[in-house]
Order: sequence, then C-alpha cells, then structure tokens
Amino acid sequence: MNETLLELKGLTKHFPVRGGTLIKRQVGAVHAVDGIDLTVSAGETVGLVGESGCGKSTTGRLAARLLEPTSGQILYRGQDISHSSRKQLKPIRPEIQMIFQDPYSSLNPRHTVGTIISGPMEINDINPPGGRQKRVQELLEIVGLNPEHYNRFPHEFSGGQRQRIGIARALALNPKLIIADEPVSALDVSIQAQVVNLLQELQRDLGIAFLFIAHDLAVVRHFSQRVAVMYLGKIVEIGDRESIYERPRHPYTHALLSAVPEPDVSSEPRERIRLAGDVPSPINPPSGCRFRTRCWKAQDKCATEVPPLVRLSGNREGHLTACHFPEAPTTQGEDVVLDPALA
Amino acid sequence: MTTVSWSGEPGTSRGPGPFLSVRDLSVEFSTEDGIVHAVDGLSFDLEKGTTLGIVGESGSGKSVTNLAILGLHDPAHTKISGEIWLEDQELISAGSGTMEKLRGNRIAMIFQDPLTALSPFHTIGRQIGEVYRKHKGASKKEARERAIEMLRRVGIPQPETRVDHYPHEFSGGMRQRAMIAMALVCDPDLLIADEPTTALDVTVQAQILDLLKELQQQFGTAIILITHDLGVVAGTADNVLVMYAGRAAERGTVREVLREPRHPYTWGLLSSMPRLNSPVDVPLKPVRGTPPSLLNPPPGCPFHPRCDYAELAGPELCFTQRPSISPETGHGDACYLTLEQKRDLRTATTEDRA
Amino acid sequence: MTGFLVRRVAGALVILLIISAVTFYLFYAIPRDPARAFCGKICQPETLALIRHNLGMDEPLFVQYWHWLTGIVAGRDFVQFGECPAPCLGYSFATQEPVFGAIVDRFPVTLSLTVGASVVILAFGIVTGMIAAWKVGQPLDKIASASSVIGASLQIYFVGPLLAFYLVDTLQLIPRPSYVPITESPVEWFTHLMLPWVVLSIIFTANYTRMTRSQMVEQLAEDYVRTARAKGMSNRTVFFRFAWRGAMIPIVTIFGVDLAVLLGGAIITEQTFSLHGIGELAVRAVQNTDLPMLLGVTIVGATAIVVLNIVVDVLYAFIDPRVRLS
Ligand SMILES: Nc1ncnc2c1ncn2[C@@H]1O[C@H](COP(=O)(O)OP(=O)(O)OP(=O)(O)O)[C@@H](O)[C@H]1O
Ligand SMILES: Nc1ncnc2c1ncn2[C@@H]1O[C@H](COP(=O)(O)OP(=O)(O)OP(=O)(O)O)[C@@H](O)[C@H]1O
Ligand code: SF4
Ligand code: SF4
Ligand SMILES: [Mg+2]
Ligand SMILES: [Mg+2]
Repeated sequence: MNETLLELKGLTKHFPVRGGTLIKRQVGAVHAVDGIDLTVSAGETVGLVGESGCGKSTTGRLAARLLEPTSGQILYRGQDISHSSRKQLKPIRPEIQMIFQDPYSSLNPRHTVGTIISGPMEINDINPPGGRQKRVQELLEIVGLNPEHYNRFPHEFSGGQRQRIGIARALALNPKLIIADEPVSALDVSIQAQVVNLLQELQRDLGIAFLFIAHDLAVVRHFSQRVAVMYLGKIVEIGDRESIYERPRHPYTHALLSAVPEPDVSSEPRERIRLAGDVPSPINPPSGCRFRTRCWKAQDKCATEVPPLVRLSGNREGHLTACHFPEAPTTQGEDVVLDPALA
Repeated sequence: MTTVSWSGEPGTSRGPGPFLSVRDLSVEFSTEDGIVHAVDGLSFDLEKGTTLGIVGESGSGKSVTNLAILGLHDPAHTKISGEIWLEDQELISAGSGTMEKLRGNRIAMIFQDPLTALSPFHTIGRQIGEVYRKHKGASKKEARERAIEMLRRVGIPQPETRVDHYPHEFSGGMRQRAMIAMALVCDPDLLIADEPTTALDVTVQAQILDLLKELQQQFGTAIILITHDLGVVAGTADNVLVMYAGRAAERGTVREVLREPRHPYTWGLLSSMPRLNSPVDVPLKPVRGTPPSLLNPPPGCPFHPRCDYAELAGPELCFTQRPSISPETGHGDACYLTLEQKRDLRTATTEDRA
Repeated sequence: MTGFLVRRVAGALVILLIISAVTFYLFYAIPRDPARAFCGKICQPETLALIRHNLGMDEPLFVQYWHWLTGIVAGRDFVQFGECPAPCLGYSFATQEPVFGAIVDRFPVTLSLTVGASVVILAFGIVTGMIAAWKVGQPLDKIASASSVIGASLQIYFVGPLLAFYLVDTLQLIPRPSYVPITESPVEWFTHLMLPWVVLSIIFTANYTRMTRSQMVEQLAEDYVRTARAKGMSNRTVFFRFAWRGAMIPIVTIFGVDLAVLLGGAIITEQTFSLHGIGELAVRAVQNTDLPMLLGVTIVGATAIVVLNIVVDVLYAFIDPRVRLS
C-alpha cells in the first residue's frame, strides 16, 4: 500500500442559512458535506460521483483547504490541516492543486498564458532552475500545447486547450495531489477524451494522485481506481472500481448506473431503475437514511436509523456500503419504475 | 433576407412525402468577423411517430437547424436558403403570421436549460395556459384546467397547487417537465427537443427521456432530439443524423449508425466515449485537433484536417472536393472511402476497444 | 411582507438616528452662538446666560441632542419664544418659527416637484426607450438615442431660464412657474408646475431612455423570450408581456438610487424658478447659518429618501416574484 496522502475524517461542512424578522440570524444550515471519511493514497485516483448539489465540490474545496470544515479532520500526510492558518498552510499549498470545471471563467482573460501558468510559482516564490519562463514552456509541452503560445491570451484558445492551460497551471508546482472538480464536464466528447487521456498520462508519468470529481459515471470509471458515491452530503458507497461498477450494493448506486445512457443497441438489456423526483434539499435532509425518500426498498427502519458505512458480507475489502437493506451484488436486477408519469 | 427556391407555387401541395422534409438547408449569419456558415446544404426527413436524434459537437449547427425550422432566426442578420416542408406547407417562405400559428401549436420546442427558458415573472400555469389560449382560443378557465391536466400528465405531483407556482419554486427536473407540458399543450405534430436533459442529473435525465418516449407512444408525435450524447440517442431515437460543421456526416437508423458506423467522424465520436464496460487501462481514442472555424470552413471534406484517412481516399480528393451524403436514402454518409475500406477501418478503430 | 416592513422600518429608524446624531454633532460643534443674536447690541452676560438656558444651550451636547430627540415625540417649550408642539424639530431663531411648521409649509411644493418629475422621467424615459428597442437600428432608434445624449449633457440652471424665456416670456404658452396648492385648483397646480417638471426631468429622462433601450435589447436575447416566440407568441406579446418585466427590474433599482439625486435636482430647480420649497428653505438656512432649520431639513430629506427606498423595494418584489420580502 502506498503512503496515505490525504485523509478526511468525519468531515462536515455546513453553510449557514440566515433569516428572521428583525435581526438576521441563523435559521438553519445547508448540510453540504455531512461526516464523510475518505482517503487518497499517493499516486492513486479516487473518483467522487453523485448528483448536482450532493457536496462533491465542497468536499474538493475542503480537501484543498479552500474552505474550513465545520467539524471533522483533514489530514495531509498525517498532518492535521483542518484549521491551519494561511501561514501554516504555505508549505503544503504547492502540493495540493485544483483544476476547475469551467475553462472559460477560471482563467483571467487579461493575463497571458505565461502569466497564468507562472502565477502559482510567483505566489509561492519558487524559482525553478532555468527560470520561470522555461518551466512554463516545459509545462505547455507536457500538456500538449505549443510552447510558443507563451504570450497568447486565453480567448485565443478553444475550450479543450484552455482546460490544458488550467492543468499546466496546476502542474507548475509539482503537486502530489490534484483535486479535479469536473475537469471535463464542459467539454465536447472528443475534446473530453483528449483531456482524460492527458490526465491519465500525467498520473502514470508523474505519479500524481487525483481526487477526481465528476458526474459522468463512465468517465469516472475510466480514470479512477477507487470510487466514492455521494448522496446529499454523505458517502453512500465506496470501493474499488470493480466492486462499485460490477457488484454495487447500495440502491442509489444501482439507480445511478442504470440511468447512464450507453450508446449500445445490441447489448443485453440492463437493469432499468427510474427514481421519482429530484434530490431533496440539503437544508432539511431526510432523517435516517437520506436516500429513503426516493428508495424503493425503504422501510420504517430507514427513517429512524442512519445506516452506517460498513463492509457488508460478500463485499471485498474496502468496499463499504451504507444501507440497511442492500441489493444483491449484481447489476442484473429487476426493473423499478417510481416515476408517477410513467407508472 | 430569405432566398427561396421552390419547385412549384408556394404553399401548394406536394404529393405524399415525409412528414417533415428539410431540403438543402443553408443558414448563414453575417457577423462583424465575416459570414458564419452555420448550416451548409443539410437535408433530412422525419416521419410521424418517430424520433430523429441529431448529434454532433458543440457548434456543429444542431440548434441553428432547428431554430430555422421554427423560423426563429433574426432575419436582419441571417440568410436562409433551401426548403423545409411540413407536410404540404413550406416553412422558409411562409409569412410570419403563418409561422406564429404553427409555433407552439403544430411545432413545439423544448430548450436545454429550463430555468432560463421559462419566464421568471409568470406562473407555470399561465405560461402553459397562454399557449392554449393563443392557439385554441380557450378561455382563461379552460386554459388553467388544461394546464393542470398537462402538469398531471408529465408527472408533477399536486398539479392543482403547482399550477400557480413560479419556475423558481420548481426543481430542475420539474421545470423540464413543465417545459414539456408547455410544449405538448396543443398536441403538436412535431416536437423539437434541443438538449432537453443536458442541464439535468442522470437520474432525472432518465426520467425525462422515458417521459418523452411514453408521450410519443400515446400521441404519435414526431420528435427531433438534439444532443451531443450518443448514449441518449441510442436509448431514445429511431434514426440518427450525425452533423459536422453544419453538414450531415452520416445518417441512418440508430442500429445502423451505432453498430456499423461509416463516417470517420462517427467512429471518433464513438471511440472517444468511455463506456461502463470498456477496458479501463487503454487510452481513449479521441478525434484529434479541434472543431473547424465556420467563418472559413476547410475546403473539400470539412473533416479532413482531423481525419486520419484523407490520404486513403485518393490524392487530393478530400482536400479539394466536398463529399455529399450518399446514398440518397437509408444508411448514408459523406465520405469518399469505399464501403470496404470503411468496414475494415471501422473494425480496426472501434472494435479493439470493445 | 409584514416582517419585511417591520425590519425595514426599524432599520430606517436606526439609520435616521445615526444621521441625525452625526449632523447634530457637526452643526452644533461649529463655534457660533445663536443666543448672542437674541441678546441685542448691549448684551448683559446674565441675559445671555438666560437666553442660553431658555434655548437649552447651556447643557452638554448629548443632553441637547436628547432634548431634540424627545422633542420630536413630546414637543418642547422654548419659554420666551413660545411653545413648540410635537413633532418638534427645534426652533428657528432666524425666522422665528418652529422648524417643523416651516418644513410642513414647504413640503407640498417639493413633493409635487419630485413626484411630478418622477412620473415624467419614468413615463417618457421608458416609452422612448421602448420605442428605440422596438426599432433597434432604425431611424427612430437613432433619434431617440441621439436626443438622450443631448438631454444628458444639459444642466438645470441653463435649460430652466432658457425654456422660461421662450415658453413663458416670448411665446406665453404656459404660465410662469409658481406653486398653487393642488387642493385649491388641480389644473392651476398642474399648469404652473409643468415647466419645472420638464426641466428637472430632462437630464434624468435621457438616462432612462438609454437604460430602458439597452435592458430591453438584453432581455429580448434571453432564453425565455426565445421560448415565448417558440410558443407562437406575437412580437408584441413578447415585447410587452415578457421582455418588459425583466427590463423593469434594473430600472426600478436604479430609480431607487436616483431618488436622492432627484431631490438634489429639485433644490436647484426651486432656486431656478423661485419656488418656495424645502430647497429654498435649505439654501436660506445655509446662508443664515440657521442650524435648527438645517438639521430639520436634513432629517426630513433623509427620511423621504429612506421611505421612498422602502417603497421601491416593495415595488421590486411586486415585479419580480423571485424576490421574497422575508
Ligand atoms: N458558499 C455556500 N453557501 C451556501 N451553500 C452552499 C455554498 N456552497 C455550496 N453550497 C450548497 O451546498 C450544497 C453542495 O454543493 P456542492 O457545490 O458541493 O455540490 P456539487 O456536488 O459539487 O454539485 P454540482 O454537481 O452541481 O457541482 C449545495 O446544495 C449548494 O447549494
Ligand atoms: N445568431 C448567430 N450569429 C452568428 N453566429 C451564430 C449565431 N447562432 C449560432 N451561430 C454559430 O453557428 C454555429 C452553430 O451553432 P449551433 O448553436 O447550431 O451549434 P450546436 O450544434 O447547437 O452546438 P451546441 O451543442 O453547443 O448547442 C456556431 O459556430 C455558432 O457560433
Ligand atoms: S437504508 Fe433503507 S432507504 Fe436507505 S438505501 Fe438502504 S433500503 Fe433504501
Ligand atoms: S472524405 Fe476524406 S477527409 Fe472526409 S472523412 Fe472521408 S476520408 Fe476523411
Ligand atoms: Mg460541483
Ligand atoms: Mg445547441
């Protein structure tokens, strides 16, 4: 087993919601992330999937310590950085970098590519041998851009190329861990494939670990050795790639997998699960199991007891599921249609 | 300005043909940078009760084509030529009054982002009802009843109260359902869905696609489903049109195009998508390069700068002459390679990943 | 809604309290002794002290402020100058009258001026802006846009006398501006204020034309407007029922901000046409260093702006259902 780089323990982030008649006071909280445990080892990719608003980005930002947790711990190489000050974080910052979804807004349009990519070196006062410009040109080459584009501006590049610029910026400080928040979601399939290949290459050649956030299950499967499925601020299932995709146990994982549209017309019919409604509000998450409002297996126990994230019998080591009444370990289940319009 | 070339008098009948027939459609925008050739000589047909999936990368002209069918382009900056026949009515030459009567009534459209596509200032019920009032001359009360009925039909719980809510009080999936209700309120013959699920979560996307299929089975609506996701097409459409740089690259039934794709661009689309069952340790096979500029489309085959086989089709051919889609009907594609070459190359590119 | 109003009013009171305290401090910290003016040429120190006492000026500043505050609710008694019933904003030594009464007398003038001008600004600005947006790029649009540029560069004290000279003196189309209470004769009230309204609104109208035009053009490119077209709505419906609502939101917001400026413009206009409004009162108070009057005018002006802004917020929620007043 490789060295553990990042460890999240009972990590929680609540965003206050304010209201009140005379004086604004806190009336509730968005339970964006609610007690999650997750580790990322050196050189591995952990995928984080789940629907919009389930707390993926918040988890990513916490892990990069762009946010401070409400409770719980963030350990980076054993060191607790949950509440570290800016100064204490300084030596760690270069090692954890982020890549963002939007290749348009995450790059300053008034800066040249050179300035953008050398930004992190400047902030952290790093002078690579041979000078910053040389390093930037190396980086441009690594991400498959022409080093001569040093003096161009972001608007002169296509979406996929901009995402490469963002990746080059993240690589500037030789990070050990990259938190990639939906790095390919805004790109066209062919461009998306180019970027995924690039990330995979980087991981292989430079041994960088990734926390890879995405909502596309096929992309996550392609790139991640381990996968965590999130629902409403909690991890409902986590395990190695094969366990999650071939032998999922949590009903929500089943539903997610069965909803992925696949461009196959020939393959044997897959399990078809249609959940009703959308994800509930994270301000008032359902009691007990948070998935129970959309779960077809829910029983009374699900409303009263929070299912613990544990290894079920039949699960591989490291494959944990949070469900009182898990599914059989297969993706060949029965059709479940809860949608009122289709019933 | 609109240039029209029709055979025969405008508005005269045209013998029995396909329900919707787009012939040699071209759409050009004049912009500050020059003329954008957004759609260039596109033809396709659509039969009643079937779904045509239009796929292609961003900027390939999918939305522009469909806005042309609805006549929603700004005439001051757009030059449209070709013909669009909806049964025996030609749409490009039709007056604005005629189009107003068709829109929302016989042809309806669903847009990608239901939050911005619905008016934030009017209740859902009013937005659905006003279509019904406009086209069917219904009273306010009838329109409201109809709105409730439609909301119920698309699976919105408690439609009687929901009808008076505003879009911001709906969740993303419910908004898209409301959009569908609004599009279907006059029982249209043709429904154009422009990326109806791109802004939605996977589980909700699956609900919405099922709903569209279900409603189509009930009412026999013809659907054009625009998407950039071949997976969505596979599960929903009968026929597929693959667009590249404003032109048709390939067309055929879903089965033909997904199982025996002929155009190198279609191969590229398929091989760049990771699957739930594809091997994970081999790299994806993306189409190299970036989409072409529509201000100065490449000469010859628009795909040639990104195509690995341009040399195979014969010297210079791909670089100088524009391939058109052939054969005229059935499974066709716009590429100079021979059928044998296509079969061999396809086996080599797509199947070594499966 | 009720909660919103309660909170806003409470907030407004706090703001007014702070403004009054600061103004009070600034004004009364000026080393000038109003009591001295009452004392006459030969002033005995005892008399001066007595006058001071009667004016409440021998007390520390914060006590004076407290008296001033309580006067608003309870009224005050300025022994030798007489009673000042609640709400009492102090007593003007320069004009020898209670401040509040003086302001109440002038208030209708300024109110008529401001409200009338607002109506002109919004009506003309929005209508011409809508016309320009309807005919984007066409001659009518160009005319509307050009005139708005010209309008924006004009000044009240320049246009006022100019228009007065032509319309009142030379052509004799309208009566010389003055104030006739609306209760006396609405028609006279209207005709006599026409010119001031036009003059005061000219520079603002231009701005609103431009804003309405650009907002409408922006809204017309919005997705929901395209949806409305795709539903078969006519151009007119799209324009007036859909795009218009969206365009009004920023306009209402800006108008809330502009109100304060408008009040300032009203003061200049009053000066230009010698109308006896609050502006005139303020100017005279400055000239005479009439501190109680100045303080009163400041507070009343601030109150007006604060109240009008609450009105604008309510209006805002009325236009945009996404805004909830909670
Ligand atoms: N700064 C904030 N203040 C209040 N609520 C927030 C804040 N940031 C995020 N949230 C809320 O926290 C929840 C989780 O948000 P997060 O962005 O982590 O979700 P996500 O899984 O990344 O979703 P998506 O797939 O849409 O990016 C959401 O309900 C979001 O609205
Ligand atoms: N009004 C317009 N003026 C100028 N160019 C336009 C206009 N509308 C669209 N275009 C251009 O026409 C091309 C085709 O656009 P279209 O919206 O049809 O693409 P699309 O296939 O729908 O892509 P997406 O998947 O991103 O929606 C694009 O290059 C676009 O920039
Ligand atoms: S705990 Fe109950 S509600 Fe939750 S997923 Fe399992 S069966 Fe469903
Ligand atoms: S015509 Fe030539 S360039 Fe175009 S796709 Fe076929 S082989 Fe490639
Ligand atoms: Mg996110
Ligand atoms: Mg589009």
